Amino acid sequence: MTDPAPRSLPRDTQLEMQRRMLRIRRFDERASKMVKRGQIPGTVHTSIGQEAQVVGACMALGDTDFMTGNHRSHGHPIGKGAPLGPLMAELVGKSGGVCQGKGGSLHLADFAVGSLGESGIVGGSIPIAVGAGLSSKVLANDRVSLAFFGDGAANQGCLYEGMNMAGVWKLPVIFLCENNQYALSTPAHTVTSGVIADRGSGFGMPGVRVENGQDVLAVHEAVSAAVQRARAGDGPSLVEVITYRYNEHSEGLRLGVDYRNAQEKAQWLARDPIVLFREDLIRRGVAAAEELDALEADVLREVDDAVAFSDQSPYPELSVAFDDLYSDSRFAVHRFRDSSFGTLEAVR
Amino acid sequence: MTVMSYLGAIGAAQKEAMLADERVVIIGEDVEANVYGTTGGAGKSRASEGDFLQQFGRNRIRNTPISEEVIVGAAIGAAMTGLRPIVDLSYSSFLYMAMDQFVNQAAKNRYMFGGQASVPVVFRSAMFYGLNTGAHHSDRPYPMFMNVPGLKIVTPAFPSDAKGLLRTAVDTDDPVLVFEACVLWGSKEEVDEREYRIPFGVGRSVRTGTDATVIAVSGAVPEAVAAADALAPEGISVEVFDPRTLVPLDVEGILDAAARTGRVVVADPAHRTCGAAAEISALISEHVFDALRGPVRRVTTPDVQIPFSPALEKQLYPNRVAIADAVRASLGVAAPTTGRDGDDSTGPDGSGGTPPSGQDAAVATGAAR
Ligand SMILES: Cc1ncc(C[n+]2csc(CCOP(=O)(O)OP(=O)(O)O)c2C)c(N)n1
Ligand SMILES: [Mg+2]
Repeated sequence: MTDPAPRSLPRDTQLEMQRRMLRIRRFDERASKMVKRGQIPGTVHTSIGQEAQVVGACMALGDTDFMTGNHRSHGHPIGKGAPLGPLMAELVGKSGGVCQGKGGSLHLADFAVGSLGESGIVGGSIPIAVGAGLSSKVLANDRVSLAFFGDGAANQGCLYEGMNMAGVWKLPVIFLCENNQYALSTPAHTVTSGVIADRGSGFGMPGVRVENGQDVLAVHEAVSAAVQRARAGDGPSLVEVITYRYNEHSEGLRLGVDYRNAQEKAQWLARDPIVLFREDLIRRGVAAAEELDALEADVLREVDDAVAFSDQSPYPELSVAFDDLYSDSRFAVHRFRDSSFGTLEAVR
Repeated sequence: MTVMSYLGAIGAAQKEAMLADERVVIIGEDVEANVYGTTGGAGKSRASEGDFLQQFGRNRIRNTPISEEVIVGAAIGAAMTGLRPIVDLSYSSFLYMAMDQFVNQAAKNRYMFGGQASVPVVFRSAMFYGLNTGAHHSDRPYPMFMNVPGLKIVTPAFPSDAKGLLRTAVDTDDPVLVFEACVLWGSKEEVDEREYRIPFGVGRSVRTGTDATVIAVSGAVPEAVAAADALAPEGISVEVFDPRTLVPLDVEGILDAAARTGRVVVADPAHRTCGAAAEISALISEHVFDALRGPVRRVTTPDVQIPFSPALEKQLYPNRVAIADAVRASLGVAAPTTGRDGDDSTGPDGSGGTPPSGQDAAVATGAAR
């Protein structure tokens, strides 16, 4: 089950991996609590259990590389290095949110770190990542683009339109399937014909399956190879990472049926990516336990600070509801309580 | 000034945009071979400089797979990351294939990401109605997209507008859908061959008049002009106003044109329910009700799918006969029994004789009810 991954990355990189996995874990744990207490409106989808898969992929990208994601959305920008405060404020709907309160959990985006947006539509952001790859190709700016999507999204047609286009144009795109083995309540094997990774070959691109998606280095290695290939101008890759989500599909969701059995859950809980990597770092002498304890405490403080940032951020002014619909806010012709499309003011 | 066809003007605008900005690319099915006539380069320049593919190369002129969803989505993603794509979607009826990308990505990304995304992309498509292409190629779907905040909708009716509006569309940092009517492709006009831009949200007064106002959209504009011509000998003076862009809409221009005569007909080749004409009529009723001297009348395509047979199709769209009938109805005058535009090809009862209130004729021609 374990891929032999190279353990030779720089020490700082390895510690940063652990830091970012912890950020995702603690951020999502806090967000989950806040949903249950009514402090975050609506719901959130956590990446708890999938941190290695997210961080291994994100850290194989460079700072200026692009990324799109899905409803399981917080891990992606966090993995790409986004600061936590504006993300948390976004979940609460505050003006200091990374999307100024317009997006919420489902539609996080932090363009400053190359995060072009999560999508509430399963599969919907895959073509966007293909387009980012097209930009890189036409502008010859060496940027790579990665699309995160789930095993459920792997059955959306736009993935295959995108793989075909990226393949035939040799775009620098990585199609990263986060196979957590379920799409909501539906086991992947009941709706998926064949192996997802094998679908790469149909489009003339490598299709790699990372069996041990709980090992951040294994994921990092596979995605790094895809990034290298993309940057060399050899075109896209499909990487399927096998992982598991620990929480329910979304926080607060209570289903009458238990579609995942207890034994399966226990097995995956025993392979917690953060615990595994901590042990690995200590065993290999990369970091001492005390150092990692300090890092954990640090991350907890970061999450506290993020919540504090959100708390002190005001809710948005009503008027901003009409900003950013178009490049020029005059084009948004409606205002609250307007009687009709269009006002008597010029909208030139 | 040069005489250009509607299609030629679009090609000219595309060439200007490609020359002006390296970030502009043209992607679409069969654009390399200039199948739809806007990536060829015109006459002399084509002979000396070659077509777009030869002039700009495969990096910027891209034949796509037949994959509308990813064509549209990739164009959005490319626009968000530094390109300014012009997408040729050929037939407007194919836009439905990419509905999710139009509605959930193009229209929403700037907004839901709090202004982080800029989406400078133009989606061109042609409405092949009135050409016996049957139900799968004849759609005029712009009202569906008017219902999606975040998109801009352009419906040029003249070559000069097609050129100037397309340049503005390419400059715009928002997704723009340009709906081109094939019935207008061959129409010709004196067009400035230099670069110019026509602002969005500014309508065109096509013709001035004092008795009634026809607000006409896209392919209905020349029909409205023909109706005005036909009505002139009857002593009826008709103003024709073309909004040119439906989002943003020249509300002021429409209201002024409507209020000037107080008798208003809105001619729109889209289906009636929730169409452009419905919105324009509602605006007029809401804002200049006191200036109206009768109800606003709509001449649209009835809510029916487009049949293949020429015998069935041709009278469905707003034509000069139906528009003229609606104007007479709004003035409360009957059609003259002689001297009326007798061209049978323009309508089922083009030879006249049916009073404007005739229910069957009105419904069959899509005339105002
Ligand atoms: C187009 C679309 N269909 C259905 C849904 C409802 N939905 C949201 S998440 C989800 C499951 C997605 O599963 P997967 O892609 O495997 O991602 P995961 O949640 O497992 O990370 C479903 C059905 C949606 N949001 N969008
Ligand atoms: Mg899944």
